[in-house]
Amino acid sequence: MPDFLEIKNLRIEATAYPPGEPPKDLVLVDDVSVSLAKGKVLGLIGESGAGKSTIGLSAMAFGRGGVRLTGGEILLNGRDIRGLAPAGLRALRGREVTYVAQSAAAAFNPAKRLMEQVIETTLSHGVMGRAEAEARAVMLFGKLGLPKPETFGTRYPHQVSGGQLQRAMTAMALCPKPDLVIFDEPTTALDVTTQIDVLAAIKEAIHDTGVAALYITHDLAVVAQVADDILVLRHGKKVEYGPVRQIITDPHEDYTRALVSVRSIDHEEKAEAPPILSVQNVTARYSGTTFDVLKNVSVDLPAGQTLAVVGESGSGKSTLARAITGLLPPSAGRITFAGRELSRDLKARSRDDLRELQMIYQMADVAMNPRQTVGTIIGRPLEFYFGMTGETKRKRVQELLDQIEMGKGYIDRYPAELSGGQKQRVCIARALAAKPKLIICDEVTSALDPLVADGILKLLLNLQAQEGVAYLFITHDLATVKAIADRIAVMYRGQVVRYGSKTDVLTPPFDDYTDLLLSSVPEMRLGWLEEVLANRRMESAGN
Amino acid sequence: MHPVLKLVVQRIALGLLLLLAVSLLIFLGTEALPGDVAQAILGQSATPEALANLRESLGLNRSPIERYFDWLGGILTGDFGTALTNGQDIGQAIGQRLGNTLFLAACAAAISVPLAILLGLVAARYNGRWPDKVISGVTLSTISLPEFVAAYFVIFLLTQVFPIFQPVAMVFPGMSFWERLNAVALPVIVLVLVVLAHMMRMTRAAILNVMQSAYIETAELKGLSPMRVIWQHAFPNAIAPIVSVVVLNLAYLVVGVVVVEVVFSYNALGQYLVDHVAKRDLPVVQAVGLIFAAVYIGLNILADVIAIVANPRLRHPK
Amino acid sequence: MKMPLSALIGLILTGCFVFCAVFAQLLAPYPLEAISGGVWEGPSSAHWLGTDTIGRDILSRLIYGGQITIFVALASSVIAFGLGSFLGFLAAVRGGWVDQGLSRGVDLMMAIPSLIVALVVLSVLPLNLTVLILVIGFLDATRVFRLARAVAMDIAVMDYVEAARLRGEGQGWIIFREILPNALSPLVAEFGLRFIFAVLFISTLSFLGLGIQPPLADWGGMVRENKDGLIYGKSAALMPALAIALLAISVNLVADWILSRTTSLKGGRGA
Repeated sequence: MPDFLEIKNLRIEATAYPPGEPPKDLVLVDDVSVSLAKGKVLGLIGESGAGKSTIGLSAMAFGRGGVRLTGGEILLNGRDIRGLAPAGLRALRGREVTYVAQSAAAAFNPAKRLMEQVIETTLSHGVMGRAEAEARAVMLFGKLGLPKPETFGTRYPHQVSGGQLQRAMTAMALCPKPDLVIFDEPTTALDVTTQIDVLAAIKEAIHDTGVAALYITHDLAVVAQVADDILVLRHGKKVEYGPVRQIITDPHEDYTRALVSVRSIDHEEKAEAPPILSVQNVTARYSGTTFDVLKNVSVDLPAGQTLAVVGESGSGKSTLARAITGLLPPSAGRITFAGRELSRDLKARSRDDLRELQMIYQMADVAMNPRQTVGTIIGRPLEFYFGMTGETKRKRVQELLDQIEMGKGYIDRYPAELSGGQKQRVCIARALAAKPKLIICDEVTSALDPLVADGILKLLLNLQAQEGVAYLFITHDLATVKAIADRIAVMYRGQVVRYGSKTDVLTPPFDDYTDLLLSSVPEMRLGWLEEVLANRRMESAGN
Repeated sequence: MHPVLKLVVQRIALGLLLLLAVSLLIFLGTEALPGDVAQAILGQSATPEALANLRESLGLNRSPIERYFDWLGGILTGDFGTALTNGQDIGQAIGQRLGNTLFLAACAAAISVPLAILLGLVAARYNGRWPDKVISGVTLSTISLPEFVAAYFVIFLLTQVFPIFQPVAMVFPGMSFWERLNAVALPVIVLVLVVLAHMMRMTRAAILNVMQSAYIETAELKGLSPMRVIWQHAFPNAIAPIVSVVVLNLAYLVVGVVVVEVVFSYNALGQYLVDHVAKRDLPVVQAVGLIFAAVYIGLNILADVIAIVANPRLRHPK
Repeated sequence: MKMPLSALIGLILTGCFVFCAVFAQLLAPYPLEAISGGVWEGPSSAHWLGTDTIGRDILSRLIYGGQITIFVALASSVIAFGLGSFLGFLAAVRGGWVDQGLSRGVDLMMAIPSLIVALVVLSVLPLNLTVLILVIGFLDATRVFRLARAVAMDIAVMDYVEAARLRGEGQGWIIFREILPNALSPLVAEFGLRFIFAVLFISTLSFLGLGIQPPLADWGGMVRENKDGLIYGKSAALMPALAIALLAISVNLVADWILSRTTSLKGGRGA
């Protein structure tokens, strides 16, 4: 029996309109074929621009913007949906195939109650009557672990949290009893401790309703928990397609192997050393608020080593960076750097203090002036701190470019002409130009695709070995932490809840929060999700 | 207190405060500027006695603060003072003319508001296609025209090339409603033309903004009909921006009225103001200026209040 | 960079207007005040655009009127621009009470329509060129202030500006090297729009009889002088009206083009 969804030789194109240039045609997806049986889950995985969302939406014969399905067949329940008239498409969308978006917060209509939106298609497609639909929605709310399922639907989207909205959107997709649900990065925008619950809820709901699903994500460890088959995509083309077990344990292609082994950098923890930076009992709040974002924070960073500050959004980890740099003067506590006490306010710091403490940002795009060339961006600290000009400066910029493995031909380019990874490298070179003793790295890899991020981490480690620079590495990603840290501070609601050497911090017994955080990070193996959930159930039963 | 009510009260209070500040600005703008007011009124050839007499009658010998509070107190009790040029009671003069101005503005609004929303919807519906391009192109060129230029083009076209209307808009007490409508037809056409372009372009932008939201894509992916997408999902969210666009443009209309009244010698508030600026009749200018400012500020408050009330985040707090 | 046709037309027309304004004394066939024909004559070889309400050559007056109109508009938009962008940048970079004070003041100014403010103020001030230029420039500066402040605020929160602050750069470097190059394009386009606004404003004031006073002539004043002719089918008033519309539209076309170019520039904002 043929599978109920079959995509054959799919080709998808779009027309780009770069301002000031003639429009050009782009091929987004080329010659991709997949099939899916009822009740199965197919994972689509790839970096940004791999065409995974485009393929997902094609199962609803939908193209965003000017996206066109130009070749191949999309057979759903035996008919090619590419040929459907608008009325036929409307009958398909929201009934046979439904969609869960990455950002449920934006995907819900802010002016209508959740219940109205959740049962809308069920009613408009005549699947069931209102009373029955509402009962089913309440049942789904309960199954997805939403609080007070009976009254949850009376709320407006802005009245519930992001994780809850994501579950509500899953309920909305499942309500009309569809054959296929498309999950488009449903947990990407969530914190890691929220992600695991939503992931578990989605998995259970898929299983219980017997629906088939396309699960789109950039995180192989996540998709490994929910999918039966996996299609690895790159630049709109198939890299590898097979059962999840084979992809994870025995990948055939180099690219897949790289994805599987990502963040498995081996990093030997360095021995104790005297601190270059010492933060003592620092408390800080933003002006005009009455709430301390940092509460009595104390950490040490040994010279030439890496201190990773881990936490979820709102934990105060970025605020710590602002307090150390002097952008947010602390209300109490002291910060000692290279043996001297740093003045609280940026304006009162000496030029050496400024030079020896550099910063790299999450979004390299906005961390560089778009009107300056790479040469100017990296050259300015050389000029500013060391008075270099002309040929000497240019020579030194080129040396720095070599050091960040970018080589010749970049010095006169503008940031807009660089890739995401290259931009971040230029920012690293700018920090390095000042010959700093400490670089604060604020989520420097979170906006990058996994392989690119890996390259940046390796570069940072090499530079540390060569220059002996220390890093204060702020991140929410524990895999990154394991890859590069010597010491770790775990932050939660403005406080350091756990601090010590990497081995100590990552060895039990844990405090409750660190336990929750560590156990929530998806691991690249089958059955991890069930294991964690079973453990948690046992623990709560034991209590 | 419910947060919506609180915000609305705050906004109105702020508006009243602003109005007070504006009254001070208007007063100071006419009293504290360099130059002798009496001299400006009478001209360079005035005799010293005449100047002294005028200063006396204007009360210029008293302190400005004292005069400001006198003036403000008078206005609050309905006493706008008397005109310098003819000794008439200003409140009475304004009363006669305010109705005419409001009649003109109301007629223009009654035509331009539905038309602008309709055209904005059409342009947004056919975004980037020919109906949009035609509408946007025409409105772009009318935006570049000042009111009086548009007025004379219309006059030339509709009284000379196609002689349909009379070039002056005279209204008398005792005219029937129909006669009045007929009399203001030309100025209304001009005002509609001038306001329509702005209002339509802003309506179009507001609708397009909403149509690009992720929740509209969600609605499309639900397989809803285009009409249902627009009425159930786009409209409830577009209504607030559209209403504020409309109200802001009505405020713009307030200024357009001044010039159009002069063009058509329409006996109303704008004409009255311009006449008395030329005659340097300060009490009249201050009073009428304050009325125009009050209407403008009032409309702006209304726009903000509607935006507050229409916001589901504020109506249904966490 | 290829220039779209609309922008080219706009640029050529704007250029023609400026050329006529600069060389008015050489180009105009008759002196400004010379009565050289009958009342409201139609176009002829002696008077290409006919004559006005007392028999003066319309073409000559249009050329001289253009000189005055463009001069006043240019002078007041330079004032508006200089004052507005300087204060706007200052408010954005300094923040605190400087920003509060300036912003609330501008809010107050913008709470009343500009025309009403101008009418109120002009009821006491003497009507001469300097006063008109200052009044229009000052009123218009409020709009430039808002734009400059908003643009500078957008840029000032960028990480690259923070990076410069952390490096220890002074206020001057931050304003002139980090913020200004990125704010320039929207501000240049804004200059075009301010200039149009000033043209329309001075024309409207003159039309109301409260702008440029005889014996000087500007386009708005010419419409006023000749408006009664329209009733008798004399189109003299339409010539200056047409000139105002044409100048406004052509500058608009150029400003539109500059604005759209902003995003497509190499390394343009957000491109």
